[in-house]
Amino acid sequence: MDNSTFVYVTFIRTSPERLWAALTQADFMKRYWFASHVECDWKVGSPWRLLFPDGRVADSGEVLEIDPPRRMVIKWLHESPELKAEGPSRMTMELEPLEGAVKLTITHSMDRAESELIRKVSGGWPAILSNLKSLLETGEIVVKKF
Amino acid sequence: MTDMDNVFKALADPSRRRLLDRLCEVNGQTLGELCQRMDMTRQAVSQHLGLLEAANLVTAVRRGREKRHYLNPVPIHELAERWIRKFEQRRLDTLLDLKNHLEGEDSHG
Repeated sequence: MDNSTFVYVTFIRTSPERLWAALTQADFMKRYWFASHVECDWKVGSPWRLLFPDGRVADSGEVLEIDPPRRMVIKWLHESPELKAEGPSRMTMELEPLEGAVKLTITHSMDRAESELIRKVSGGWPAILSNLKSLLETGEIVVKKF
Repeated sequence: MTDMDNVFKALADPSRRRLLDRLCEVNGQTLGELCQRMDMTRQAVSQHLGLLEAANLVTAVRRGREKRHYLNPVPIHELAERWIRKFEQRRLDTLLDLKNHLEGEDSHG
């Protein structure tokens, strides 16, 4: 299988609109993403950048598809030279309303076997998603530091 | 049953934990691939996968005629936050060290 993929799913008791806002608004993002945030105007073809708290660029890319509050596809490149050499990856977020909750599916994949980038980004998502879920459901985060 | 009950129930079976380990080694396997090297019928593996999916520990993604299974660690992370970190990881580590130390001494003496 010449492909590396992870698929993460969480169910959050909120509305698609609130979740979409949490996924796209920089101030809200900082609260569950360990003070990092994304800079983007969320239009197809727009540049997309994930910034560390000190302003350094962690990852960069481009909005490939966007359909609020249902789906976004981001072309995602890690900024470190060795991971950048692997080429762009593709991150898809899908929001599906269920009874009183939203199913959030994050799929991150790259067309190469055993991608180091996929391995690396896969580690951070569970903590970020736990925080996001907790913040939307209770107003507090669970993991303060990563 | 709450979401957490489903997770504990799913994790309570050694075959299901083994399936999670197999997906941790190689993510995105088909049912056929997961049946290899498992001492179970295809039907049994399929039933275990169904329970893991119901607990949101495994996500099945259909691509054409193929159905691939992906490990979803998010509920395990939530479980760890709720049931482990909360009860002071450091003290637990110390106790575990002590247990390992004493049991190691036992086995030698």
